[in-house]
Amino acid sequence: MEKQNSSLEAVAQKSVNNLSAILTIGVVIIADVLLGYFAFKLFSLGYIPLTIIFLIIILIISASFLIPKLYHFRWMSVGLSAWLLFSIFPILFTIYNGFTNYGDGHLITKAQAIEQIQKQTFLPETGKAYEWIAYRSPENDYLLWLKDDQGETKIARIVESDAEDKIFNVTPGENGIGELDEQGAPETIEGYTRLNRITASTDPNLTNIKFGDPENTIQVRSPSEAAELLPRFEFNEETDVFTDLQTGKEYFDREGTWTARDGEALIPGYSAVIGFDNFVEFATSPGLRGPLVTIVIWNFLFATFSLLLTFAVGLLISVIYGDPNFKGKKILRSLLLIPYTIPSLITILIWRGMLNPDLGIVNRILESTLGLSPEWTTVPSLARIAILIVNTWLGYPYWMLVTSGALQSIPTDIYEAAEVDGATGWQRFWRITLPLLLVSVGPLMIASFIFNFNNFNLIYVFINGGPPIPTATTTAGYTDIIISYVYNLAFASGRGVQYGYASAISVVLFMLIAVMSLIQFRFTNMWEEVGENV
Amino acid sequence: MFNKNKKMTISQKRRLGLILRWLLAIVLVVFSIFPVLWIVSASLDPVNNLATQKLIPDNASFENFRELVDNPIFPFFTWLWNSIKISVITTVLTLSLTTMAAFAFSRFRFAGRQGLLKAILLIQSFPNLLAIVALFSISKQIGDVFAALGLNTHAGLILVYLGGAMGMNIWLMKGYMDTIPRDIDESAKVDGASDWQIFTRLILPLLRPILTVIGILSFIGTYGEFIIARTLLTKRELQTVIVGLQIYTAGQYTQNWGSFAAGALIAALPIMIIYLVLQDLIVGGLTQGAVKG
Repeated sequence: MEKQNSSLEAVAQKSVNNLSAILTIGVVIIADVLLGYFAFKLFSLGYIPLTIIFLIIILIISASFLIPKLYHFRWMSVGLSAWLLFSIFPILFTIYNGFTNYGDGHLITKAQAIEQIQKQTFLPETGKAYEWIAYRSPENDYLLWLKDDQGETKIARIVESDAEDKIFNVTPGENGIGELDEQGAPETIEGYTRLNRITASTDPNLTNIKFGDPENTIQVRSPSEAAELLPRFEFNEETDVFTDLQTGKEYFDREGTWTARDGEALIPGYSAVIGFDNFVEFATSPGLRGPLVTIVIWNFLFATFSLLLTFAVGLLISVIYGDPNFKGKKILRSLLLIPYTIPSLITILIWRGMLNPDLGIVNRILESTLGLSPEWTTVPSLARIAILIVNTWLGYPYWMLVTSGALQSIPTDIYEAAEVDGATGWQRFWRITLPLLLVSVGPLMIASFIFNFNNFNLIYVFINGGPPIPTATTTAGYTDIIISYVYNLAFASGRGVQYGYASAISVVLFMLIAVMSLIQFRFTNMWEEVGENV
Repeated sequence: MFNKNKKMTISQKRRLGLILRWLLAIVLVVFSIFPVLWIVSASLDPVNNLATQKLIPDNASFENFRELVDNPIFPFFTWLWNSIKISVITTVLTLSLTTMAAFAFSRFRFAGRQGLLKAILLIQSFPNLLAIVALFSISKQIGDVFAALGLNTHAGLILVYLGGAMGMNIWLMKGYMDTIPRDIDESAKVDGASDWQIFTRLILPLLRPILTVIGILSFIGTYGEFIIARTLLTKRELQTVIVGLQIYTAGQYTQNWGSFAAGALIAALPIMIIYLVLQDLIVGGLTQGAVKG
């Protein structure tokens, strides 16, 4: 009886399994179709790298669900996809950018750049010409009546006009056109005043205005003539050379910029791979290297002092108040934890107000008690001290928590033995407590060092890297760390956005961080832990 | 040193030590809570100006808090709601992604397992700020195809946050799962349970402590995240409270000090409460390697 039951159950189980397998395949197919459509749309917009990433994601999802051997990846296929899209791909993209001139003047693809340059026009000195008469509205909108050498007439609006018909026929009664004169030009157009030769020649705007279709614009050349503009540059696809039809000058493609022999460059250029140029320029250009050296040195000092100060204060608190007999320990700990409980960005903003040199409470107190008023934001060394004070405030509770935990795990019999040997409290701290503590919290110290090494929020929000370094050619300040400097290069540089440069420094920073992280992992024995079978 | 102290009796020494400790404690407490007191006072000071603010304000009132309601240039409660919404959704999704992935890492042995775990850890140590230009353009390109997931959408921001879900969290979660004896699932397997059943019925209920820790840390991290939210969300009414407060104070902050203070206080409150109530739980997670964002 029991046996029958269980075999029935097995059959039922099997059909459930089959059903769920079919359902799974169905869901995977739907997901693939949706993602595939998405990838196709990306491809048709020309976003090739992102298309490839989406194809890989489709592959990951299909393979992990449809190939039994890859069953284990099912559990993480969505996470892996998100990881690939927003963690791995951005890093690869950044590394690639580091080897390109991507930035202001080089933001677009080659095809787009060629198209834009080909749109540029010039006003030829000879060639097809029109007689013209201009009409002006009170709002300084213009219309231009034109008559070509065949006697054909038309009226053109300005290129920027919102109207559908940029050029229309001269038909009395339409578009507000009144009676025509003997040349065929309207005597009046509703809303506009006809300009006579003298008023037209004194109008300062008229010769700068482009009329007609954007593709085929017409401009006033002289009091008697208007002419069609001609494309200025001719592109030779085989030689990759632009020729200026006005001057005959040739522009050659040099790493994404069409440059003439005399060094003149066409705008825009395109985003091109330029090899190690960004790295070389950083190493050799004094205006770039100078601030970078200052910034790197300060970056290390900042991370080191931040770690030492927060660790020292945190440890001091847990050593002094760790004594179980100390009354009020609990309430003290809660009070001292408060800086840690507020989102750091909010407290950085508060400190910014408190350390405002003219209005902040800190200077108001210092002024009235000691007669001092330190310029926290304009003097480099004071700005650095201010940042360290704020960071100590932000970071010591973490070390208070961590060290108080770690201290409790040091066996007490070691201390008893030391006491028997006559060691003083001071000796016990330096010879026993600290070394043992460093072993257990060492990895966290490295993690904290790395965290502070890249503590962008503090530097950027508190003082935005200021005060500025006067010799720098890019936006750089005395309190800038590498990561905030990179950010400013990418988004707020005085030389325009410089994604290429910014990415090149990012790549170097990547490597620095990777080395530090690997050291940390070695300390934690995390690498070994992976292999363990638990 | 030792000899000098000998002149005092033990109890005198102890008393002196206690007094010194309390003095130091007072200094530390003043250092740690002064900014908080200062911002509480600023929020109650109707003068609303950094320069004239006093520690104990004249005519203390809730004027600054009242101003936060229906303020078109400072849509504070919209920001707060945005932040809470984004953080909650990100946290829930992060938890589901990491728990499932950690289960596979903890319970199965497969080719590429070690390499993947190491890669996750190493990639996570790169600050995503460095790739912000890339994140921005990916988000833009996705938005060009499907606007609801692109720039200036909360869904798009959450998607970017999820890219960082595979990180330290997986290690914390996997470490915790490793401590759950495998005998439990072996015996369930003998009884015919599928992996999914083992995961949902057996393992998941045992994970409550670590789920809480990772959930809280993830919530706090997302809530306090600044630069990605600042880059991807440019419309004022879509911004998060942290970004909003920063932008608000970037301008004439000395003039609007009081309303900033009131906003800062309300924005900080949920996180402060979480921390103070769940101190011990969070400490456990911190000592295992999480660094506050």
